[in-house]
Amino acid sequence: MIGVRKIGRPMDLKERSYLVEVARGLAISMAHFARNVVKQDEMPTIQYPEEKRVLPERFRGRHRLTQREDGTPRCVACFCCQTACPADCISIEATEREDGYEKVPARFDLNILRCVFCGLCVEACPCDAIRMDTGKYELSGDDRGSLIYDLNTLLKD
Amino acid sequence: MSVETVVPFVMVLIAALLPLSLLPVMIWAERKVSAFIQDRTGPNRAEILGIRLGGVIHAIADVVKLMSKEEMTPARVNRFYFVLGPFLALFVPLVSFAIIPLADSLNLGGTVIPLRAVTLNVGILFVLAVTSFHVYAVVFGAWASNNSFTLLGGLRSAAQMISYELGLGLSVVGTVMVAQSLDLGRIVEHQGGTLLGFLPAWNLFLQPLGFLIFLVCIFAETNRNPFDLTEGESEIVGYHLEYSSMKFAMFFMGEYIAIIGASAVTATLFFGGYQVPYLDTDFLRAHSTGVLRVMLVSMGAICFVLALLYRRYHRRLTALYHDRRRNEARMLGGMMLLMGLAAVVALLFVSPLPEAGGQVVVAAVQMTTLLVKILVVSFFFIWIRWTLPRFRYDQLMGLGWKVLIPLALLNIFLTGALLVFSGRT
Repeated sequence: MIGVRKIGRPMDLKERSYLVEVARGLAISMAHFARNVVKQDEMPTIQYPEEKRVLPERFRGRHRLTQREDGTPRCVACFCCQTACPADCISIEATEREDGYEKVPARFDLNILRCVFCGLCVEACPCDAIRMDTGKYELSGDDRGSLIYDLNTLLKD
Repeated sequence: MSVETVVPFVMVLIAALLPLSLLPVMIWAERKVSAFIQDRTGPNRAEILGIRLGGVIHAIADVVKLMSKEEMTPARVNRFYFVLGPFLALFVPLVSFAIIPLADSLNLGGTVIPLRAVTLNVGILFVLAVTSFHVYAVVFGAWASNNSFTLLGGLRSAAQMISYELGLGLSVVGTVMVAQSLDLGRIVEHQGGTLLGFLPAWNLFLQPLGFLIFLVCIFAETNRNPFDLTEGESEIVGYHLEYSSMKFAMFFMGEYIAIIGASAVTATLFFGGYQVPYLDTDFLRAHSTGVLRVMLVSMGAICFVLALLYRRYHRRLTALYHDRRRNEARMLGGMMLLMGLAAVVALLFVSPLPEAGGQVVVAAVQMTTLLVKILVVSFFFIWIRWTLPRFRYDQLMGLGWKVLIPLALLNIFLTGALLVFSGRT
């Protein structure tokens, strides 16, 4: 059989009338209201997009491919980043190169729609060729194609 | 057209349009006050030519959105009652405004013209009768929707509103006994003057217990927090589940007009209505020219202060925005400056007023007083909503039947005893 056990938690008249606690609650919310009316500048809200949050130094934003001094990509198409990527968002096609280096990417497609911004590609890269230090996080486009970044786009930043 | 026919017409217009024009203000205040209480900034994006008015323009955006939404009528509903529900929800709270005395009666050479839309000597009963009609809006909407959930929601709210009507009616009896009249005009007149020399003779001080009960009941009547189990927007399914577009908006608007109406009734019954504290009508009328001067001075002062604040705001805007929004403060501040200057210029040309003109000025002052009181009580409604959590249903019913009604009866008994012993009956 189901019974109800009453736990003794007696309230005195002051508590049972609620009025004191209601008044205290009202005082708290009024304090917030008054402070925010008087000091509107100090409100924590950031008026995005006019104001932007200051990003931490190591913020992982959109990727970029670094360049050598002659402007060619540092990337040697070793597939380390593609292998490390848990989201499978990088796809590289390698090709040969005549001037001493063995390999360069012919294509380097990075599907930002799949990217989870974990930074493992940056960790994996032996040549410091891929970095996530652009600080760009407003990544949007009109179609899916524009969000698959190719070699030239990634080299530009 | 004589004055006796024009004035009531104007009063009806004011009584109908005042709550409607306060509606966007209320919706704006609800959003902005809730935001500030929760340390947010609230709406500030919608604009017309860069003018945002701190978010008031969002009300217009809302109207456009609601008007252009699809109007859905579920299958096999009772169409007549389905449409009647939202109409009643909007209409009923508007009517209760008609009975509020907006200012003391004009007295033009012997003819007395009351400044309210309807003059009834059973005013307070009319208010109670009309507010109880709000239940019909809910029940019609709930039942006609042909949906078990709305029906349950409707039953829940009907039970709530009917229960709290008892407490509401009983809590008002004390005020009626004090004023010895059911006429709202009489009740307000009775609240002129002072108590013990320093308190305004408001029923708030004469009937503190009655005021408290009335306040709690009026919250339950208008379905506001902490008694908003009728809607319970985020948690429980309410009676207007099946309504969309403008029909839903009518329920929504009706709720806010009910708050304004309830604030007006509260201000009239307990905060002295149109009475300016410490200054009665005769005194104001005797010094009408001075009153006009004080009005103009305070208007000018408010405008100049606002212009200064807008100047400060302008600096913030120009630092933040680089489009047309940055000009808003300059435009509005300029307008304020012009209005302030106009008040100063008008002050220079004030000449002693004729009797009738003086009475109109006093009436304007008293209407402003009433408006301020209404806005303060409305603010209190919003303030409570963003402070207190919602009651459980059994707590709600327990409070209504077991606490408020006995307390209201006690209040009547105490008031009666005091009146008898002080020999005022």
